[in-house]
Amino acid sequence: MIDTSPSLALVLAIVVLITVGVYLLLERSLTRVLLGFIAMSNGINLLFLVAGGAAGGAPITGQTAPEDMSDPLPQFMILTAIVLTMGISAFLLAMAYRSWQLNRHDEVQDDLEDRRVARRAAADLAAFEDSDTEVTTTLDEDAASAHDEMGGDRS
Amino acid sequence: MTPPDLLWLSLTDLSWVVPLPVLVPLSAAGLALALWRHPKAQQIISVVALTVVLLASLTLLVAADQGPVVLDVGNWAAPVGIDLVADRLSTLMLTVSAAVTLCVLIYSLAQGLADGNRGTPVAIFHPTYLVLSAGVANAFLSGDLFNLYVGFEMLLAASYVLLTLGGTGERIRAGTIYVVVSLVSSIIFLLAIGLIYAATGTVNLAQLAIRLPEIDPGVQLVLQLLLLLAFAIKAAIFPLSAWLPDSYPTAPAPVTAVFAGLLTKVGVYAIIRTQTLLFPDGRADTLLMVAALLTMVVGILGAVAQNDIKRLVSFTLVSHIGYMIFGIALSSEQGLGASIFYVAHHITVQTALFLVVGLVERRGGSTSLDQLGGLARLAPLLAVLFFVPAMNLAGIPPLSGFLGKAGLLQAGVADGGPLALTLVGAGVVTSLLTLYAIVKAWNKAFWQVAPVEPAPMRLPRAMVGSAASLVLLGVSITVVAGPMYDYTQRAAATLRDPNQYIVSVLPDRARGAGVSSDLAEDTPDAELPDEPVEEEDE
Repeated sequence: MIDTSPSLALVLAIVVLITVGVYLLLERSLTRVLLGFIAMSNGINLLFLVAGGAAGGAPITGQTAPEDMSDPLPQFMILTAIVLTMGISAFLLAMAYRSWQLNRHDEVQDDLEDRRVARRAAADLAAFEDSDTEVTTTLDEDAASAHDEMGGDRS
Repeated sequence: MTPPDLLWLSLTDLSWVVPLPVLVPLSAAGLALALWRHPKAQQIISVVALTVVLLASLTLLVAADQGPVVLDVGNWAAPVGIDLVADRLSTLMLTVSAAVTLCVLIYSLAQGLADGNRGTPVAIFHPTYLVLSAGVANAFLSGDLFNLYVGFEMLLAASYVLLTLGGTGERIRAGTIYVVVSLVSSIIFLLAIGLIYAATGTVNLAQLAIRLPEIDPGVQLVLQLLLLLAFAIKAAIFPLSAWLPDSYPTAPAPVTAVFAGLLTKVGVYAIIRTQTLLFPDGRADTLLMVAALLTMVVGILGAVAQNDIKRLVSFTLVSHIGYMIFGIALSSEQGLGASIFYVAHHITVQTALFLVVGLVERRGGSTSLDQLGGLARLAPLLAVLFFVPAMNLAGIPPLSGFLGKAGLLQAGVADGGPLALTLVGAGVVTSLLTLYAIVKAWNKAFWQVAPVEPAPMRLPRAMVGSAASLVLLGVSITVVAGPMYDYTQRAAATLRDPNQYIVSVLPDRARGAGVSSDLAEDTPDAELPDEPVEEEDE
């Protein structure tokens, strides 16, 4: 039976990475979401490493005795996950860039129902103040222009 | 071996067919990408590849009725190597999805021809579409949790590209939301796999089915809920469904159609597979029932409130996922069988509906129900094509939607619990509200006097033809409903007895049929439970 108690350092690293990841995923800017996604994926990759038990020799028959081998399966899964993360990161970056090209910001935009509700509220307010204004933009344009203003004047 | 022997072997042992639905589209995707300068060649490759997939799926559908067809990939014995398993459930899903992807491909080819391929980067459409199809097939056939994850990632990565095709402002907006939500679900799935490996030392589904009952029930519940959470986001179960009606309608019509038909159903498939095989004692049933109830009711109320035909149909999609979850939550053979039947019916009907809505948009020049009108007079065939799947979705007898719902309601009544009976009531109400929403759409789009008379035009014949063939496929499910319902009941019976699956993958409950070295037995079991393990009873 091999030693399966996880190393404290690894567990702490997982905790930190996943906490950071969750925090960043909740941000609106796509770049931060991407960083959060990468942090979380790495945290989970470490989790796989812990799941595989203590480190041992290279799992090659003839080089290491079977009882001293480290478990190769989690390593293969981590490799696959790293490749997938890389591909998705590239795609997310491209999307953030495209969003910046189109709208000069890279925030995850409101969905159209949200904008519809916001527009209804705005219409109510206008009626209350007796200052009717024509709505000339589409919901899509509304969604693209509505965003948190972070870091300076970018309306 | 002489050639006749080989031929005989290939006819009796069909395991060589199992990887084809994954391998063929993947290789074709590479080929299509290499030939991006030759759109004609790409089209031929895609059509041929998906036809091969359909034929392979049909072969497996027949073969799997005698028992699951298992392939240990690369001849590595099962718990160490990856295995592909084609049982009744997965082959049925595979066949329906192959038929649907082929129809949608032809539709999109016709659309591309009609539009002269302007403004759409079709060079990447074909390879991506093929990868999507391979991912779906891989998810259905996988006998291994990690391979299931890879299948999901394949189809999701392809869907990200398809959804943001062309990179217009609204597609980027919808795509961002879709991608971020999908990423969260993938991360949760990966987390669940990591924890499962830590707890049991395996990711092979059959071996998991043996080992999971041995671990602490509390840990089991955590793993079960994590998997459910990941799949529920993909299947768009309320309250995890808000992303769907917002992201699907912005994509091109054929893309929306294939997403609506397949992607959520892959999530439902994964729920069925894991709930029946890994967690057969049904501890999440109450939770699933409540989720099913809310999905049905909230989804259909969303549809009733919509004024845009694409969004309306997207909301009905969410609502009808509720029926499938209801059947799963009943944890009975009858309920599960009806649920599987419903999934198969819903894939064809929902895809057909989205294709027809694409035609409506094309003919009427809008998707807003305020601007559409008078289409019954302008395009009578289109009116019929919309009417048939719409009524099928609402569950009007004798169409298959009615049969599926009747089966689910019967199973609910047979269960007899208060929650199940509430769900039966909610199912009927949802069905009526679906009828209301869809009839409202039909009246406005086809009967009301058109506010703006659309310019006269002819719809491309091949687009109408492929949409019509999908509508016919939906109707033909009604015709073959008897044998098909029996098939799904048998599929459910297999699922309710996990032992059949285990034995077909690991004949002696330890190793598969591959020839890998015996050192495999020394693979460290990462964490066996501390208490002495009892031999599980057969």
